[in-house]
Amino acid sequence: MSVSESEHVATTATAQDPFSGPDLTGHFGRFGGIFVGETLMAAVEELDRVYRQLSGDPQFWRDFDYDMAHYVGRPSPLYHAERLSEHAGGAKIILKREDLNHTGAHKINNTIGQALLAKYMGKPRIIAETGAGQHGVASATVAARLGLECHVYMGAEDVKRQAANVYRMKLLGANVVSVTSGSRTLKDAMNEALRDWATNVDNTYYIIGTVAGPHPYPMLVRDFQAIIGREAREQSLAEYGKLPDALVACVGGGSNAIGLFHPFLRDKDVAIYGVEAGGDGVETGRHAAPLSAGKPGVLHGNRTYIMSDDNGQILETHSVSAGLDYPGVGPEHAWLKDAGRANYVSVTDTEALDAFRLLTRKEGIIPALESAHAIAYAIKLAATMSPDQTVLVNLSGRGDKDIHTVAGIDGITV
Amino acid sequence: MSRISKTIAAAKQAGRKVLVPYLVAGDPDRDTTVALMHQLVSNGADIIELGVPFSDPSSDGPVIQLGAERALRQGVGMKTVLSIVSEFRQRDDKTPIVLMGYLNPLEIMGYENFVSQASSAGVDGVLVVDLPVSEAKELLALTQPAQMDIIFLVAPTTTEKRLQGICEHSSGYLYYVSLKGVTGAAITDADSIAERVKALRERTELPVVVGFGIKDEASATSMAAISDGVIVGSALVQKIGELTDSGARDKAAVAQACELIGRLRKALDA
Repeated sequence: MSVSESEHVATTATAQDPFSGPDLTGHFGRFGGIFVGETLMAAVEELDRVYRQLSGDPQFWRDFDYDMAHYVGRPSPLYHAERLSEHAGGAKIILKREDLNHTGAHKINNTIGQALLAKYMGKPRIIAETGAGQHGVASATVAARLGLECHVYMGAEDVKRQAANVYRMKLLGANVVSVTSGSRTLKDAMNEALRDWATNVDNTYYIIGTVAGPHPYPMLVRDFQAIIGREAREQSLAEYGKLPDALVACVGGGSNAIGLFHPFLRDKDVAIYGVEAGGDGVETGRHAAPLSAGKPGVLHGNRTYIMSDDNGQILETHSVSAGLDYPGVGPEHAWLKDAGRANYVSVTDTEALDAFRLLTRKEGIIPALESAHAIAYAIKLAATMSPDQTVLVNLSGRGDKDIHTVAGIDGITV
Repeated sequence: MSRISKTIAAAKQAGRKVLVPYLVAGDPDRDTTVALMHQLVSNGADIIELGVPFSDPSSDGPVIQLGAERALRQGVGMKTVLSIVSEFRQRDDKTPIVLMGYLNPLEIMGYENFVSQASSAGVDGVLVVDLPVSEAKELLALTQPAQMDIIFLVAPTTTEKRLQGICEHSSGYLYYVSLKGVTGAAITDADSIAERVKALRERTELPVVVGFGIKDEASATSMAAISDGVIVGSALVQKIGELTDSGARDKAAVAQACELIGRLRKALDA
C-alpha cells in the first residue's frame, strides 16, 4: 500500500480547520513556538524554509514512500489480539504493529524523513539525542546507510539500562556520548545535543527524535510519523469496515502517539487516549506525566506542559521506561489536551510491567516497555466497551531492548 | 535614560571600555554572591550580569553548568536572586544589574510578577537566552513601561533580517556572541569577529559588548578594541568554583576570586 502524495501536506492552521496546525510561526494555540539561543535561530529558520519547500514537492514524498516500503518494511500490519481482547472482556483490541519495522520501533519513520532533509541540505554530520536508545539506533541506521558521521547523546543512566542499544549504535558506526550532567537522562542528552548543534551548526543536522523541540520539529516529525495513522485508518476501513472507536498510544515526547492520532483528529467519533508514564503513581510525584500533573512552561525550544517546580526548575522524572522518562511533551499534545480533543491518562510502572508480561504470554509478542503503557490502558478501556467496538493500540516498539530491565526487576541476571 | 545606558555613555565619554563580569546568583551561596558583587565593582566592573540558575542551561558550557548546579543545591530560585539584588542595592545604587538566564523561571513566576518584583529589587535589565525577539512581545510590553532594558544576543549566525528585529527591540546594549558554541569555549577567529562587530556598529546606535570566550588580558583587550566592552563569565565562575572546593568564603577568598577582573580592568585601561 502506498499513500498517495496528495495526502502528504504541510499544513497551516485555519479558523475553519483547527486541526491543521501549527500556524506559520510554529504555534499550536499558545503552545509550540521557537525558544532557542540566537546562535541556533538561523538554522531553525532555514530548516523551516527547506521543509516547507520540500514537503510541497511530490518527489520528496515518493523518495520517502519508497524507503518506507523497501527499507522499513511498511505498511505495518493491523493485528487483532484475540486472546488479549478475551482477557480484557469487552471491545476488540487491535494492534498497529510498529514493532515489526526495521530497527524495531516507529522511530525509523522519522529518521528516514529527516535524513532526506539532511541530505538535501548537504549536512555531512548528524547528531541525535536518545532515551531508550531506539531513536539513537534509528539515527545511527540512517547515518550508516547514507554514509554520514553520527553522534548520539545519551544520558549516563540510560547508557547503563539500555546497554544492548548502545552496542547496536556502536556497531552501526555511531559515536555514543554518555551525558553525565544534570539528571543524566533524556532531557540532559537533549541539552547536550543542543550545545553540540550550536557549536557545529554549519555542518550538522540535528535529528530530534520526538514531536518536541523548536518549530519546525514538532510539525515535521509529526508529518513523518503520520504514516502510522494514515495506514491504520485505511486498514481499519478495509479490514473492519469502520474506523476504530478508540485510539490508544503511549506518550513520552509523543511522536508515536501524534503519528497515530493526527490523521483521525477530524473523525469526531474516534475517541483518543494518550497514556503517560505514571511511574510510582502520579500522586507520589515520582512519574513522567506532564500532561496529567504538569503545568505550561518552556523547555527545549517550545512552550508546552512540563514538570517544573515553583522556581521554574525542571523536575527529575521517573519511569521504568527510558523512552517515556522525559519532563516535557510535544506542544501539539498540549494543545489537543486543552482543546479537549484527546484524553491524557497515566498508568504506573507496575501496570505497564503486568501488561508487558500479559501481551507476551497471551499473544507471543514482547512489547517495548513504552508500548506496554498503551497496552495496559487499552485493556482497562476495552473492558468498559462492547464486543462490537474496537480499540486500536499503537504497539510502537518491540521489547527486546527491555529484557534486561524486566529480568532485573524479577531478580534475574540475563 | 536607563542606568545601563548612562553607565555606558559615561564610560564612552571617558574613553573607557566597559567591563561586565557574569556570575551565577547563589554560587557558592547567597551571602557570598553579594560580597562578590561588591568586590567586582571595586575591582573595576561597570555592569554586573547576574545569572539566574536553571536546571537545563542548554546554551552554557560545563563551567557555568557547574556554577548553576552549585546554586541549585542551595535551593536558589528567583526569590533568592532578587533578594541578592536588593541587598546589593543597599550599598550600591550606581552599578547596573542585568539578570541573565532562561525563560522557564519567568514563565512559571509569571511575566508581570517578574517585572514588578525585579524592578523594585533594583534590576536594570534582563537577558533571556532562549527568548528570541519573535517570542518576546509579551515580555517587552511589560519591561518597556517599567524602564527595564531587554538585552538580546547577536550571534555570528544571525541573519540580516533577524538583526533588524533585534536592533529594533533591544535597549541598553547588544550582546555580541563571539563564537558558534556555548559559554566558555575558545575564540579562534578574532579577525572575523572584528568584521562582524564593525558592521554591527555601523547599523545601530546601541553599544555593542562582546562575550563568550573572554578569559584573559589578551582576549579582553582584543575584543574591547573593536567594541564598547567585554563580558567575562566562565573564567570568573571557574574561580568562584575554586572557592567552593577550598571551602573558603572569607574576605580574602572573595578578593582572590575577583582578582581576574582587577587585572582585566588594568589591561583595558592601559
